[in-house]
Amino acid sequence: MIFLRLYLIFFFLIALLGCRPSNKEGVVITIAGSTSIQPFAEKLAEIYMEHHRGVIINVQGGGSTAGIRSVRGEAADIGTCSRELMEEEKDLKRIVIAWDGIAIIVHPKNNIHNLNLTHLRDIFAGKIRYWSELGWVHKRIHFVTREEGSGTRNAFEEMVMHDVPISDEALVEDSNGSVREIVAHDPHAIGYISYGIVDKRVKALSIDGVEPNLGTIKEKRYELTRPFLFVTEEEPHGLARDFIDFILSSEGQGILEREGLVGIR
Amino acid sequence: MKEKIIEKILMLLAFSAIGALLLMAVFIFKEGMPIIFKVGLKNFLFSTHWAPTKGYFGIFSMIVSSLFVTTGALIIGVPLALACAITLAEFAPQRLMVILKPTIELLAGIPSVVYGFLGVVLLVPLIRDYLGGPGLSLLACSIILAIMILPTITSISIDAIQAVPYSYKEGSLALGATHWQTIRMVILKAARSGIITAIMLGMARAIGETMAVIMVAGNALKIPSSPLSPVRTLTSNIALEMGYAAGDHRAALFATGIVLFIFIMIFNVTANIITKRWRRE
Repeated sequence: MIFLRLYLIFFFLIALLGCRPSNKEGVVITIAGSTSIQPFAEKLAEIYMEHHRGVIINVQGGGSTAGIRSVRGEAADIGTCSRELMEEEKDLKRIVIAWDGIAIIVHPKNNIHNLNLTHLRDIFAGKIRYWSELGWVHKRIHFVTREEGSGTRNAFEEMVMHDVPISDEALVEDSNGSVREIVAHDPHAIGYISYGIVDKRVKALSIDGVEPNLGTIKEKRYELTRPFLFVTEEEPHGLARDFIDFILSSEGQGILEREGLVGIR
Repeated sequence: MKEKIIEKILMLLAFSAIGALLLMAVFIFKEGMPIIFKVGLKNFLFSTHWAPTKGYFGIFSMIVSSLFVTTGALIIGVPLALACAITLAEFAPQRLMVILKPTIELLAGIPSVVYGFLGVVLLVPLIRDYLGGPGLSLLACSIILAIMILPTITSISIDAIQAVPYSYKEGSLALGATHWQTIRMVILKAARSGIITAIMLGMARAIGETMAVIMVAGNALKIPSSPLSPVRTLTSNIALEMGYAAGDHRAALFATGIVLFIFIMIFNVTANIITKRWRRE
């Protein structure tokens, strides 16, 4: 009986929690767009909101193109875009907040150091099936991709695959971390992850002779580099301006670099 | 008066549990049905082309993989579990039984992510090094699931065996049958409805398991051509892609949930029918 009473009290407490007054009277800005940028934008928004009580920053996904559409339709104050703007989008105001390189990783024992984009595409399309075709041992290539909908996969498809579909034989993992984990343990695996989380247990390949590092990514000499953009309809002002300034400040850039991106400094 | 109130409260709590189930079913169907109608039931169930962001929603390979993985788990798990149950119920001394049965039941309490982690760290490298392939495979998945369903099948089977009236055993032994003959022809026959229920419950657990499967299955979309091929099951498809899914993609994941829901209903109903029929005989 006492348990039942406690249970009911507990239940009402939870119900009460749901009734606390909402703090919607503050200023609200909405950010929408690329799912690759979303986690970083959320992190930045969270820290910004800790500094500025009463400000609410809404971060939504939807994809780069949807982000630009929502800026045009004024459904969002800031759109995020993880690719260069296309011709017809060039009239929008564009701010680079960071660079992201996609590293192609293999096991450290792998004696291949360089790949060109065609070979890379053929591997992921399932056309090159053995490492011997690239001048290594006669073993099947275990290629690891990201799940459908992931921003990193999207970028990889745009920059490497173009219109060729990734083979359905590909192993699929749902995070950069687990792709790295597989490649770190399987000598015959290859995968792609954000440059920021490459560590000593895997080897990042050069693409067309250019090794990925902070310098080559910032100069865009490394081929698999993409900008992380904030896009606005007109010159940002007010809260949006302040938030962007925060991201471009050394604190904001520091946060992005700690999360694995290449800063613009 | 007080009695009445408590009765009502208990009734309310009981119905809230059923209500939750009902709400869940309604929600899943409401979210998932539109996409099934849009791409057509036949296309959805029997196409192997799954590329939801490009408009292809075929889950056939996942249905096949789910069935393969579950069958594999049963092939490996059932003989082990039954042997375990027979030994513990019939041959092991009482004192050993007191220790072993709770230990086996403890296995059921280990979180599935731990099984998955062990699978990735121990089992997958073994398969990769000694059998070939990427190691993340149908086989790894079946072995992990077999271990996970072991406690369910064993402990329910033990209960079923122990529920067989003692006079059956005495009668059989008195007729001159050996202990093993008695087990095989009398006890297992008398306990079979319980054992089938145990296997069905294990099966439902295997097909519904997600976390451990994602970690060791490799999640490739192709229909597996050998036990060493990577597979993607219905459950792992949902968990893998729900992070960024929006619009039709999200709806398609709910639709995958509907298919899973129906599978588990079929299992449970079959188990009920089998149990009832044999009980009547």
